[in-house]
Order: sequence, then C-alpha cells, then structure tokens
Amino acid sequence: MPDTTRKNAAPRTMFAKLWDSHVVAELADDTALLHVDRHILHDLGGSRALLDVKERGLAVHNPELTFATIDHTISSAPGRIGTIARGIELMKALREETAAAGIRLFDVDQPGQGIVHVMGPELGISLPASLLVCGDSHTCTHGGIGALAFGVGWTELAHVIATQTLYQRRPRTMLVRFEGKPAPGVTPKDLILALIGTVGTDGGTGYAVEYDGSAIRDMSVEGRLTVCNLSVELGAKMGFIAPDEKTFAYLEGRPYAPKGALWLRAVEAWLRLPSDPGAAYDREVLIDVGRIAPQITWGTSPEHVISVDGRIPDPAGIADEDRRKAVERALDYMGLQAGAAIAGTPVDWVFIGSCTNSRLSDLQAAAEVVRGRKVDPRVHAWVVPGSEIVKRDAEAEGLDQIFIEAGFEWREPGCSMCLASNGEQVPPEQRSVSTSNRNFVGRQGPRARTHLASPAMAAAAAIAGAIVDVRSLEDAP
Amino acid sequence: MKSFTSLTAIAAPLMRANIDTDIVIPIHRMVGNSIRGTLGKWCFTALRYRPDGSENPEFVLNRAPYRDAEILVTGPNFGCGSSREPAVWALQEMGIKAIIGSGFGDIFYNNCFQNGVLPVILDPAVVQEIAEEIEQTQGTGRVTVDLENGQVTTPSGRQHAFAVEPRRRAALIEGLDEISATLRRDAEIRAFQARDRAERPWIHVPGGEE
Repeated sequence: MPDTTRKNAAPRTMFAKLWDSHVVAELADDTALLHVDRHILHDLGGSRALLDVKERGLAVHNPELTFATIDHTISSAPGRIGTIARGIELMKALREETAAAGIRLFDVDQPGQGIVHVMGPELGISLPASLLVCGDSHTCTHGGIGALAFGVGWTELAHVIATQTLYQRRPRTMLVRFEGKPAPGVTPKDLILALIGTVGTDGGTGYAVEYDGSAIRDMSVEGRLTVCNLSVELGAKMGFIAPDEKTFAYLEGRPYAPKGALWLRAVEAWLRLPSDPGAAYDREVLIDVGRIAPQITWGTSPEHVISVDGRIPDPAGIADEDRRKAVERALDYMGLQAGAAIAGTPVDWVFIGSCTNSRLSDLQAAAEVVRGRKVDPRVHAWVVPGSEIVKRDAEAEGLDQIFIEAGFEWREPGCSMCLASNGEQVPPEQRSVSTSNRNFVGRQGPRARTHLASPAMAAAAAIAGAIVDVRSLEDAP
Repeated sequence: MKSFTSLTAIAAPLMRANIDTDIVIPIHRMVGNSIRGTLGKWCFTALRYRPDGSENPEFVLNRAPYRDAEILVTGPNFGCGSSREPAVWALQEMGIKAIIGSGFGDIFYNNCFQNGVLPVILDPAVVQEIAEEIEQTQGTGRVTVDLENGQVTTPSGRQHAFAVEPRRRAALIEGLDEISATLRRDAEIRAFQARDRAERPWIHVPGGEE
C-alpha cells in the first residue's frame, strides 16, 4: 500500500514500509498479524502442513496465493534414478494434497520446478514489496527482489495455509552498506561471506537487514539473491535490497509478474519502496568491498571464513577458552592443521548448486573457469542447476558440454548435496568445496567436511584438486 | 499446543556456542510424514554417538544424572541455522521442556513456543553462572523455570528474572491453539484483503493483467 496513508512524515526505512503495508492487526508486544502475499510449499514439509490443516477440517485460505515445488528429497541423478523411498512418498503426498486444494505445483521435468528460492524469483512469484514465506530458512533469498521474505517453522506453515497470515514480532533494523568495487575474482558470495566473518553468525539475530551501497547497486539481481540468501547465516531471518531498474528489467515478462497496465502500476508503487533519505536504523555496518579477496570457510560455521590466501587460525593464539575450544573442535572435525595455508588443501568433492549459487550466472562463472580444463581425477565434481529453467537455459548456451567435457557430472535440478536430504551425501571425512550456504557438522553427510566458496572458486578447486585461489589458476591449455 | 507453567528438574549444561539445528537433528532422520516419535533417539547424533554408533560417554546427556535432564542450559546462539521444526520435536522426545540460553536462532526460538517448549533468555554471565552451579552439584541440583512468575531459580536458590512477551507467555500457559484464535479474526483478514486488492491487485491475482 502507498505510504501516503501515513500522517507522520518522518523518514521511513524500506523495512517499515514493507512491514506496515502488511499489518492486518496490531497486537501487544510489538507483534502484528501480517498478511502473507505469497507462500511456497516444498516436498520436505509441504504435504504434512496441508494434511494438518485438512485433518482439522479447515480449508486452504488462499490457494491462488500458494505455490508448490519439488526440490528437497528428489534425486539429482539423470532420470532421477535413486530417489529415496521417503522422498517418493513425500512427493506423492504433495501432488495429492496440492491437487485437492487447487494449489499450483511445479512438478518434476516441468519448467518452473526447482529449488524454491530459485524458481520463486524466476517465475515472478516473488515480487518487490510482497511478503513471502516458506518453510525453509533460506527464504530470505527473495529479499534480493525487494520482498519481505523469511523462513517459518512447520506449525506456522499450517497457520499460513489456514489463515493466509502469520504472527511476527517486529525486528530491529540493520543497514549493511557494501561500498566500492570488487576486485577481479571477487563475487557476491565473497561479499556476504566476508560480512558474516565480520559480524559473526549471530551478528544479525533479531534484525531485518537491508543491504545497500554502490556494490549492491552495481550488482546483478542474481548476485543480490545470493547476498540475501546468506542473511540467515548471520542470524537475520530477513534480508532485502531496494528494487531498482535492474529488478524491474529482471521481473518484467515473468509468468507470475503483473502484466500490461498493471505492471506499470506495480512499478510505480515499487519505486516508493526504498528507504527515505535520513531514515534511521538500529545498527549500521560498512564493508569496504575493495579489501575483500575470494573467501573460503575453514571450519564448521559460516563465520569460520578467511581469504583464500590466508592461514587457518591457530587456537594457541586465542585467549578466550570457549573460543579456543571451538576452534580446536572445528579444526579436528575438518582435519586441518592450525596455522597452515588453506590453499593447497586437497579436495575430494566439488558441489556447484544450492539456493545460494545455482542460477544461470553462477553456472556461467563456473564454466568460465572450467572451459578448456580438466577436473583433477581424484575429485568428484557435480553441477546441480537450481531449476529446470536454469538447466534448459544453460544447455542452450552449451554450458553442460563445457562441464561434461571437463569431467563434471551435469545433474537434474534440486537441493541435492547442499543438505543431503535426498540422500546425496559427501562420504565421512571427505572434503568438499561447495557453493552452498552451510558448513555445519554433518550438513553434507555424517562427518563430511565442507568448505563454502563461490562458484568460480569451487570450479577452480575441481580443476586443481585442491583449494586454490581462482585468480592464480594457470592459463587453460 | 502443550501448555507450560512451571518446571523443577535436572538441567544439563551444553555450553558450546552456535549449536545449529543440523546438529540437533540430522536431516536424514527427519525426512517423511510420520517422523513424530522417531526423533529422540537421533537428537544430537554427532555429539551423542561415536562413529561406530556407540554412545560417547563424554557427551553430557549420556551421563547420569544429566541423562534425565528436562532443562538444557546452552551457549550463545543455540538453534541457529535451518528452520526445521523437528529439531524442537527431537528435543521434546528426549525429554527437554525448557532451554536456558543467552540467545537463540530466531526461527528455532519461535518453533519452541509453537510446541510448548519454553526458551528462556538470560544475560550470558548469568547463564554461565547457572551452568557452573549445576556442575558444582554434579547435576543433582534442581533448576526451576517458572513461566508464571518469570523466574529461574538455580540449585543454590538464586533467582533470575526473565521476560517473555506477554502474548506468548499467555499462549504457553493456556496451551493456546493459534489457528483457531486467528480464524476468529477472519473478518479482519478478509477486510484487509479487500482493501489491499484495490491498492495492489497484482498481489491478489498472480500474473494478472489489466
């Protein structure tokens, strides 16, 4: 809704505009009942929530505002071979329950199927100034379009399905400004990892984070989706970027974006969304982008991150006992030597995919590194496109052939090895360089060792057979 | 939802920072629509079991009397990461009913309330002090978490006040069913939608044209 309804003329943040325009009812304790504009269900929790609502004898409040896709539990192998039995059950249940409720499901092999946070923006389901939720913590990704988007729990899913609303406590606001020009080889993934390294994995807890600054304004929409995707790894449930001409150019013509005169009207409203000059935030952080080198994680939390030309931390130098022990535990789990250079660490797996980095521009960046080179024979290297549309677009450009000729597996879209909920795991004590979002203990499989990095850095690791600075790769033959 | 009023029980200190919900419940144990009741065994798998599947005797919840703990005392940022609600279910199935910490992952914190588990936020120094007191009694000292009076009582009888938003506090004490409560406001929801449809028709007709 336009902000002209407000009597108070004080400058407002984009967050305030997003929040206020969705308040159905103000409650005590800074809590509001908010309208949910878009809800996307997936196979892992979607059918359970629909069944919970049905078993209570309730209806889906707004099936036309609800969408569904399959991503978490399906095999990414060619032909979807090896989909786990429980995945097959969940997909069957999702098909049945969405069909019964009149919810649009993007099913396997259909354009539109894909990781929720890839297909949502891609289809124009997520829009600027919309409030979007999903039962997945990386729903903050859609903030890259200018949506107020956040992950919710499974009980809350049922609440959204039955009421099209959600209770939320108003978070504090945080502004992160990325100023300057990234050096060659430095990507949006490196920027957001560097931020997490700076503020820590709970630096954004309780905040809604707005990203701004010249590096954000210069960034592609797909890059912005990557930045917002990792908001939850700094503890923030919501992260977003003001929509601009790039956003509008990205969205125009997408199937669920408004069309014709309605498009023009929507753009006019979206132009009023950015924070007003002088709007105040509870916390501000400035990041000098020019100082950022390609990043790689060394430990078991996204805040365990260093520049690829850096050294693995030495716990001996840490005075605080809890922090020292945490570093010791992480190094032990990761099988790394304190104080050693991280570059040169041998790698067993490379995973290019996930809601963080599986869009066309990510695959292009990785293919650029891979072109004319060969994957080190000891590395299992996978590319898992984020959606059926990404896959088809990449194939139309011949990216699949570049990867396959180099020795990568070119696979089917889904979440795959990011969280291994489909059974695709990195084996115990094997080391992976992954373009995903979490290097937690056991995330990619029991005792698997994950290093997070950009698509270009992951591609370089596959070629070198070791963690390597993408800027130092020798010229392709 | 289960209600929570007051609890006096064994409390187990698990003070390392940033225990994420992937550690609380590994993903491959929570895939499926009939997982309730199967999760407790797998709660904290990576900490609780050795690679050969045997119990790790060093892990606090494998030791007496902590094995019977109903309260966890946790380090900073417990429950960060994934939104997976089965993390709360797994803790419940292990017998945990309240969690004391200096801060929690936002989504996890909310999921606790949805399931009748009480997360209590206290100052980091106070949390540390409670953990130390428990250890001094080798875990035999009981901790009380009293939601009605907003107070934690340590084994030695020290009291620490904590705040829970009144709305959530009331919901937890009553075991309120939120969906039913919200549906009583459905006229308000539909009025909002009618107003909003005039302002932002593109939201209400996805892919619509004018």
